[in-house]
Amino acid sequence: MSQRVATTSAPPSTGKRTLTLAQSQSRFAWILLIPTIVVVLMVGLFPLAQTFYFSLTDARLASNRPVNFVGLENYLYLLQDQQFFRTVGNTVFFTVVTVGFEFVLGLLIALVINSNFRGRGLMRTAILIPWAIPTVVSAQMWKWMYHDIYGVINDLLVNQFGIFNQNVAFLATNTTVSLFAIAAVDIWKTTPFVALLLLAGLQVIPSDVYEAADVDGANKLQQFFAITLPLLMPAILVTLIFRTLDSLRVFDVFYVMLGNRRDTQTMAIYAQQSLVNFSDLGYGSTISIAIFLIIALFVVVYVTFLKIEEA
Amino acid sequence: MSRTARNLIGQIFFYLLVGVILIYTIFPFYWAFISSITPNNQLFATPVQYWPQNPTGQNYALVLSNNNFLIALMNSAIVSVSVTVLALIIGSLAAYALGRFKFGGRSVVLYTVLAMTMFPQIAVLGSLYTMISAFRLYNTLWALIITYMIFTLPFTVWVLTNFFKAMPRELEEAAYVDGATPFQTFYKILLPLAAPGMVTTGLLAFIAAWNEYLFALSFTQTPDKRTVTIAITAFEGVTASSFEQPWGQIMAASVLVTIPLIILTLIFQKRIIAGLTAGAVKG
Amino acid sequence: MRSTLMSMLLVMSMILAACGGAAPAPTAPPAAQPEAPAQPEAPASGAVGVTPTDLTGISSEITDLPAVFNAEAARQYAGTTLRFYGDAIGLGSDMDKAMAAKFSEETGINVVVLPRPQDATEFYAQIQRFFQAQSTETDVFMMDVIWPGAFATHLYDVSDIFAAEAKLHYPNIVENNTVDGKLTALPWFGDFGMLFYRTDLLQEYGYNAPPTTWDELEEIAKTVQEGERAKGNPNFVGFVWQGAAYEGLTCNLLEWFYSQDAGTFLQDGTVTINNPQAVAALERAAGWVGSISPKGVVSYREEDARNVFQGGNAMFMRNWPYAYSAADTDDSPIKDKFDVAPLPVTAPGQPAGTVGGWQLAISNYSQNKGAAVEFVRYATSPQMQKWRALVGTFVPTIPIVSEDEEVIEAMPFLRNLSPVVRVTRPSRETGELYNEASTIIFQSANEALLGSTSAADALARAEQQLQRLIR
Repeated sequence: MSQRVATTSAPPSTGKRTLTLAQSQSRFAWILLIPTIVVVLMVGLFPLAQTFYFSLTDARLASNRPVNFVGLENYLYLLQDQQFFRTVGNTVFFTVVTVGFEFVLGLLIALVINSNFRGRGLMRTAILIPWAIPTVVSAQMWKWMYHDIYGVINDLLVNQFGIFNQNVAFLATNTTVSLFAIAAVDIWKTTPFVALLLLAGLQVIPSDVYEAADVDGANKLQQFFAITLPLLMPAILVTLIFRTLDSLRVFDVFYVMLGNRRDTQTMAIYAQQSLVNFSDLGYGSTISIAIFLIIALFVVVYVTFLKIEEA
Repeated sequence: MSRTARNLIGQIFFYLLVGVILIYTIFPFYWAFISSITPNNQLFATPVQYWPQNPTGQNYALVLSNNNFLIALMNSAIVSVSVTVLALIIGSLAAYALGRFKFGGRSVVLYTVLAMTMFPQIAVLGSLYTMISAFRLYNTLWALIITYMIFTLPFTVWVLTNFFKAMPRELEEAAYVDGATPFQTFYKILLPLAAPGMVTTGLLAFIAAWNEYLFALSFTQTPDKRTVTIAITAFEGVTASSFEQPWGQIMAASVLVTIPLIILTLIFQKRIIAGLTAGAVKG
Repeated sequence: MRSTLMSMLLVMSMILAACGGAAPAPTAPPAAQPEAPAQPEAPASGAVGVTPTDLTGISSEITDLPAVFNAEAARQYAGTTLRFYGDAIGLGSDMDKAMAAKFSEETGINVVVLPRPQDATEFYAQIQRFFQAQSTETDVFMMDVIWPGAFATHLYDVSDIFAAEAKLHYPNIVENNTVDGKLTALPWFGDFGMLFYRTDLLQEYGYNAPPTTWDELEEIAKTVQEGERAKGNPNFVGFVWQGAAYEGLTCNLLEWFYSQDAGTFLQDGTVTINNPQAVAALERAAGWVGSISPKGVVSYREEDARNVFQGGNAMFMRNWPYAYSAADTDDSPIKDKFDVAPLPVTAPGQPAGTVGGWQLAISNYSQNKGAAVEFVRYATSPQMQKWRALVGTFVPTIPIVSEDEEVIEAMPFLRNLSPVVRVTRPSRETGELYNEASTIIFQSANEALLGSTSAADALARAEQQLQRLIR
């Protein structure tokens, strides 16, 4: 794009030679971006465009019925769809809880590993394990550990530590208990991701900054808020964005552990229900676009509040 | 209270915290391991046993003699390594451009890359299937390698962009003065400095690819193209029914598939620590 | 008596199948043409294409398959390749491969077995994508009993071709597979719901027979649960079943309804889910949760229930036949301590078992329909079903196979369960909207079981939603 600008704006007689430094840099940058753009076009924008198109139709999967263009009808229906708003509520609640915990816990772990303590190698390996077990398996594993007859968590709470006096049906009590039970699994599963990304961020903070602060007599806590946190901001932003993005699209953990319960449905389960179970390509695509917009909203909020993009 | 006493309490508190975190992260894995060596008839016994009476290696024997599982392990390795390498190459080029150059459309690119992952996976499945069929890639590992870019490329680009952005200007300028081209500057000076970021994102990309389920299920069909996540859900129980889940085998396989990842972290451990010192030296 | 029936069937199928060879008969069903053998389209197949019903000499060895009786008719397609979406794992997969190999060997038709996704929802989605793309990649599909309605337009019409074969199967299942008068698939194996109970505990607590009514079940469950808990097992429960919000709950609910004279949700285009008996049945089930059933049962699927029962922690369980084979293995803690019975009733209801089996269907986009027909004819035949019953305890969909002594020996529960009515879910009534209907049903029932709404409200709401759906 800028290539075209560069060549057409330059006088024809001198050609490329007259490119300014900025122009040639910009041109080089675009060349570096070519592979990414190709991938984005192929696996990113094409599905996006197609989904958007379907959201304006009444298409059904594997149906012989002709497809009609229905304009914004699906969107208008979505705006009155109470169940959809319930799923938004569930998902946002789940996201706030999990991302909040994961962030605090992940930062803690990252700081611990980054500090000079013995056995940090072990810790780094250990914290990766939850992320290394495929979600399809770990969700079932947790469902088993939560089981109200033979689950180990109930055994620990009731028989070993005596915290409760009878077994708890974590997945079948009420909406809140179920949501927190699932959140605990997600936090377990993805804290490593957060910890590792924040650790990478911590590692680029030069240590002489701290040395200077030591000389100035700042204590560890002051150093954390004055140096670590601000310098870590770019890493925090990226981590929060990607975790939020994943959390808002949560599917497998809920599906495996709670099935398609109405009171705990998430946005992605609702989309899958329309798209796959109901073959309703039109409405399912509309829900997907809505999820897309909600996620985009979160990204905008993060970027505005954490004010990073300028740098 | 004396300073040393406070320090001691602080230390105790610190290690307690580390201990709690470790238990939370490791206990489920311990439980998976226990399940994998428990004989089938004791798996669902109450009261719960924290160590089986007669541990058995039978599940491991079954899993390791399962040809489909071994092939799947191989496929997963091929796919995950390819995805990681590809994402790192493409991603680091893009991140260099986005992190070190100012040009019109920079933010647009950054957010478009992010937008790739903002759909529920299930929503892009249909379109990707159409595309993969059109390119005749259905039931090939290529189908997975390409589609896995959806979730590996965006965070590779974003994280590495941060890394490149954080590097001091002088490094590059010195190189330019020495007459290096931008590309030489990139791979001789900046890339090595980005190593900790590369290792971290590489590891995360590898694991993400290793654990992927939905695309693998949808874009491959025959056992010789299946990946481990699919193979794990397809073990043989004592009945021919699809309701039955042979739990011991599933757990044995889950323990086995984490081993490559643990080895990988151990290998890259040094690299990450080297990154720590690199950060300290420069600047 | 049985031999008379069998010979009648044999004769009938010989007459009928003569014209049902490979060539799709374009006109009236063959039943209307007793002189069918004269038809010129029916090639050399003649009587060879007939599905024989003689079940003697079927082996229980996986390597010793029944002969391909229609090999001669099939050989005209020798050299073609059929792709068959079969079982993915375990014995089922081995048996599919053995069957494919046998068929290939005797007919020269190359059969490739593709493993299906284990999870039915994923499998459904994959088939959908195939059909959406009108893919020619797969010729023969395994088809869940609830799918014919949804996929009918993409499935090859076998009404005429398999008119004779269809008569061999349980009529309910064939009817289920017949969409708008078009037979879309032949039944292959058919699970159905049943009551598992602990024989040792039944005796110990002084009962001499399993319960036949729901009231009896509740009473026994309560007595045994209290007794076992008093003896020091706080985890013991009376009755486990499938209460999670998924298709399995629709199956459980259908059994509760049918056995208590509350209908089958939708009948002849009318929504019947909300009636006094239905409300009573759902209230009864909701009453179990936290009393004779654990609270967690509302999140249970098949394996959650089986693991409780097989671990020795439950008196009764509702489950599919696979749980019988699984609990009957040598290392099972309850081996020889359990048996099965029909699910209880409340008069005037009849004992019901929801059908949960698989069919074989041919894709409309297949380029080898003739070969596919012969393959399906062989795969669903009485001989094959008997072999599959003996080798893999796949439950037959053909009465004469279910009643075969050797089959009963392999699956003893079949004897106790002959009075069970095999009920099918209303997937034909709803066509491609079945999943929507079922989701409404199981989500509403799940809410009532969780206690977040009353049974009456849940069913009233479900009624409204279903009416809007099928309108």
